[in-house]
Amino acid sequence: MIKFVNISKVYDNGVRALSNVNITIEKGEFVFLVGPSGAGKSTLIKLILKEEDPTEGKIYLNDMDITRVKNRRIPYIRRNVGVVFQDFRLLPNKTVYENVAFAMEIVGAHPREIRRNVPMVLSMVDLSQKAHCYPDQLSGGEHQRVAISRAIVNSPPILIADEPTGNLDPETAWEIMKILRDINRRGTTVLMATHAKDIVDMMKQRVIAIEGGKVVRDEKKGVYEHEISNI
Amino acid sequence: MSMRFRIFKNILKQGFQGMWRNRGMGLASVSSITAVLVILGLVLIVILSINNVVVSTKSKFDEIQIFLEDEITEQQLNRIEEEVKGNKGVLSVIYQSKDQALEIMKEDWEDEAYLLEGLEENNPLQNSFVVQLKDIEYAESLVNDVKDLEGIDEVVYNQDIIEKLILFANYVRLGGLIIIGILILVSVFIISNTVKITVAARRREIEIMKYVGATNGYIRGPFIIEGLLFGLIGALISILIVNYGYSYFFNVVNDRLYVLFTVYLVPPSTLIKDVSIIFVAIGGGIGTLGSLVSLKRFLNV
Ligand SMILES: Nc1ncnc2c1ncn2[C@@H]1O[C@H](COP(=O)(O)OP(=O)(O)OP(=O)(O)O)[C@@H](O)[C@H]1O
Ligand SMILES: [Mg+2]
Repeated sequence: MIKFVNISKVYDNGVRALSNVNITIEKGEFVFLVGPSGAGKSTLIKLILKEEDPTEGKIYLNDMDITRVKNRRIPYIRRNVGVVFQDFRLLPNKTVYENVAFAMEIVGAHPREIRRNVPMVLSMVDLSQKAHCYPDQLSGGEHQRVAISRAIVNSPPILIADEPTGNLDPETAWEIMKILRDINRRGTTVLMATHAKDIVDMMKQRVIAIEGGKVVRDEKKGVYEHEISNI
Repeated sequence: MSMRFRIFKNILKQGFQGMWRNRGMGLASVSSITAVLVILGLVLIVILSINNVVVSTKSKFDEIQIFLEDEITEQQLNRIEEEVKGNKGVLSVIYQSKDQALEIMKEDWEDEAYLLEGLEENNPLQNSFVVQLKDIEYAESLVNDVKDLEGIDEVVYNQDIIEKLILFANYVRLGGLIIIGILILVSVFIISNTVKITVAARRREIEIMKYVGATNGYIRGPFIIEGLLFGLIGALISILIVNYGYSYFFNVVNDRLYVLFTVYLVPPSTLIKDVSIIFVAIGGGIGTLGSLVSLKRFLNV
């Protein structure tokens, strides 16, 4: 589904954000990406979204080599990947419904499909009641639920979340995690970068830890970090 | 196909929305395009009118005169006439004796003709052939044909005047083009700034659109349409101004019976169609270009 082969990324300013990273994520997996600030988690995500090109190595998405693609093709690659950010990124002048429908309009979906799918994903995240509210009338958790709805409304095979619970209190964060787990159970591959230790430890999913741009640990049913005494 | 149509409809809708939200600044864009086009219209009218003058003046000067030496022989005279008639550019040849030339001169001088009294005995004028050409362009070849013949004193033709007129028309054209060029740059700049405001207002939206997989065309389309609409509105207004303004001017001139003058003016009816096409093309072009400039500078998708 997602495959990094010997990936290195050096930014134009000389910062080496990733060195020789090898990762394979299979279809249907739920993967946490952990590591200290500046480790290179967001950089890795940007490579998948084609916001940045790798300096060395190869990236495959759905068995397709996306290492170097024409700009023209990037939008079509992104349609395979739903994405959620820490800061939600909703449009303030659109209602919840419109924010989600927007993602479908862009790809030219049929209005009938839009009328069917938007309420469906909104009910999945338990926001049917708020469909006609504007973002400033929503709580942080609700914001993120709208963002998730928008990310999955076109049914992409992959969902990427960069610290989706970073701005939320622990209880709300758990609501979001339940939703992400449900989405994963329906077959979507989920990749989530996070600093939330207790979430990672509780979920017992695959954990990939990076530090200083290198993969230092990759475990099935892993935890956020091992005790210092283990080292 | 219908998917493409829906996408196109979305883009169009957003373009109109952008224009409407931005209508305050849009006024500046539309005014600048209108100014460019109205001035372009004036330059066009002047150039076309000068062209008319050149064309009609040309026919008056499609004439050359071959002055003959006084002591020319009959044989030389016939030889020249033959040669002239043999040139394919010649319409007619008339022999004008020095007496006839004097008569014509007296008529031209009208009141001052008495000054010419007494010249009959010792006429200083020359016998000549007056040659009508199909077009002034043939003058050169005719001169070449006759220049080596005996008995010719001088060949006079008026290409100079026509060349000067054409030169004048060229200066007007050049001046007009420079002014219009500058104004077009100014308009493109104003439009690009107007569209920039829409781009800035929609920055978040654009970023989100990119993440959801909107194509560059989908993102750029609304801005291009916004610029295009400003351009087309400017074109429409200037078509109305030029058409009604010029018709009014033309009628006033005609009513005052300056018919001599209006002969050379382009009739408004022939102007309107060309002007409409040119204005729509240039107005739309400026608008689109303005958006493209701002997209290149402010929106890197
Ligand atoms: N656009 C950029 N240009 C230059 N350097 C960058 C750029 N983006 C990130 N970096 C650098 O690359 C390194 C990795 O950054 P990255 O954002 O991937 O870290 P991260 O793991 O996501 O950290 P955090 O947990 O704080 O979000 C950092 O040293 C950062 O300063
Ligand atoms: Mg980050």
